[in-house]
Amino acid sequence: MKPLEDRIANQVKSIPRSGIRDFFELVQGRDDVISLGVGEPDFSAPWHIREAAIFSLEKGNTSYTSNLGLLSLRQEIATYVENLFKVAYNPANEILVTVGVSEALDLVFRALLNPGDEVIYHEPCYVSYNPTITLAYGVPVTIQTKVEDNFVLRAADVEAAITDKTRVILLNFPTNPTGAVEPVDELEKIAALAIKHDLIVVTDEIYCELIYNGDNGMEAGAHTSIASFPGMRERTVLLHGFSKAFAMTGFRLGYACAPTVLTEAMMKIHQYSMLCAPIMSQQAAIEALKNGAGEVEHMRRAYAQRRNLMLRRFAEMELPCFSPGGAFYMFPDIRKYGLTSKEFALRLLEEESVAVVPGSAFGVAGEGSVRACYATAYDKIEIALDRIAAFVKRL
Amino acid sequence: MDALLDLLKKDARLTTRQMAERLGRSEAEIEEMLTSLKGKGAILGYHAVIDPEQAGERHVSAFIEVKLTPERDGGFDRLAQRIARFDQVTSCYLMSGGYDLAVIVEGDDLREVARFVSEKLSTLDGVLSTATHFQLKVYKQSGFLATESHGDERLPVTP
Repeated sequence: MKPLEDRIANQVKSIPRSGIRDFFELVQGRDDVISLGVGEPDFSAPWHIREAAIFSLEKGNTSYTSNLGLLSLRQEIATYVENLFKVAYNPANEILVTVGVSEALDLVFRALLNPGDEVIYHEPCYVSYNPTITLAYGVPVTIQTKVEDNFVLRAADVEAAITDKTRVILLNFPTNPTGAVEPVDELEKIAALAIKHDLIVVTDEIYCELIYNGDNGMEAGAHTSIASFPGMRERTVLLHGFSKAFAMTGFRLGYACAPTVLTEAMMKIHQYSMLCAPIMSQQAAIEALKNGAGEVEHMRRAYAQRRNLMLRRFAEMELPCFSPGGAFYMFPDIRKYGLTSKEFALRLLEEESVAVVPGSAFGVAGEGSVRACYATAYDKIEIALDRIAAFVKRL
Repeated sequence: MDALLDLLKKDARLTTRQMAERLGRSEAEIEEMLTSLKGKGAILGYHAVIDPEQAGERHVSAFIEVKLTPERDGGFDRLAQRIARFDQVTSCYLMSGGYDLAVIVEGDDLREVARFVSEKLSTLDGVLSTATHFQLKVYKQSGFLATESHGDERLPVTP
């Protein structure tokens, strides 16, 4: 019998093992670890959202929905997106409800890419971008953003990467893992490039409610989406979801907003692969969009306080770290200690039982940094910071 | 059956083999007994008994005495079930004595629980009165003394 390994499709074999997975297994085996490696809110979804899902089940709503998602949800999404991003989408045919933004990403690439088509995106970035593009037989083209530049994506670098095979520019701001927010003028330049070269832009807005403005980050900030610029709506796929701002990671709910032709193409795949997102998650999401703003702000402020704590303490222990404008990640620069990201993270775990994720797990540009997530209880972060301080002092 | 239930009440995570050893029976017999118990609703479910304070959760528990108007067909059943379905209601019993239902309601804070009682519970058609007592401290829960602490239950590393 031929080994099972030989039967795995080449495209799948070509995807390297996740750096996060390896690290996860190391951390799993240990007691008393304070993990700053969890990329999801430490809050449960707000009660009223959960209750809406429960009420939905009580009523016996357990059936399939329209492939596109409940119309009532799409209507709420249209209202929400218009308020948030100032872009109008027609709920009838320009919004697709998906099983998390993860599924939406998969759909958009499968819908848009022919083998060999190139997708430009910025690293360090979320771990699924590269594999998702590869699995759709696309070619990932990465731009390494730099810590010296606060991980901003420069339009000049995007332009230099464009070839006749480029089809899509993929953006994610605020960024996982860096927390970087893209300056509006740079975004405008990238929009101009997309128009000039007739490209599609896919923008992953998942952290857009988590922005920290003002002196101490306590003020909420309005996020600018590239989709709102003139000439962009017709060529942009806007992705957003409920996992981060509403702490609904487990509900597995996201959405794509795009011109009808693109939405239809994505729906074509979705209708066969998923059929629809879970109805109770959709009902919960309606409640989230209608009444969730207060809770989102409450959580954002909690994150802001922890962000302040980490910034202050990193400065005190002289661990260089730029001030991230969004998301809930700190991405300090550990190069001065002469260790690789992985070495730093492993030693920190072994010597101080604090888990951070090596920046290298997020792309080549992540080497030299580690990701510390502040979606964890304040007092746990305090202890973790004490331990990190002790650790870097010894290095 | 009693002996098996006693075992399960103390530790539902025992394997069938462990239970069989303790009870001097075969694994097949144990499986059969478990299936039967579940089938007739003697075993409603399995869960860990949590001390929320040790878990670091914001938590308030209230014990509520509820007086109901019994109904022509069904007595207190319909109303009691209606109350029991609320997620905030973690326990609900029909009681003898000065009130009808003992309801335990749990929430994040006093305000939330009070709001639930005044908005969702007291307002039900058929509820005559409620008397709410707030729990101050857990000494023992479902046969377990409150001692151990529990941690963050999320996966420790996720992208």
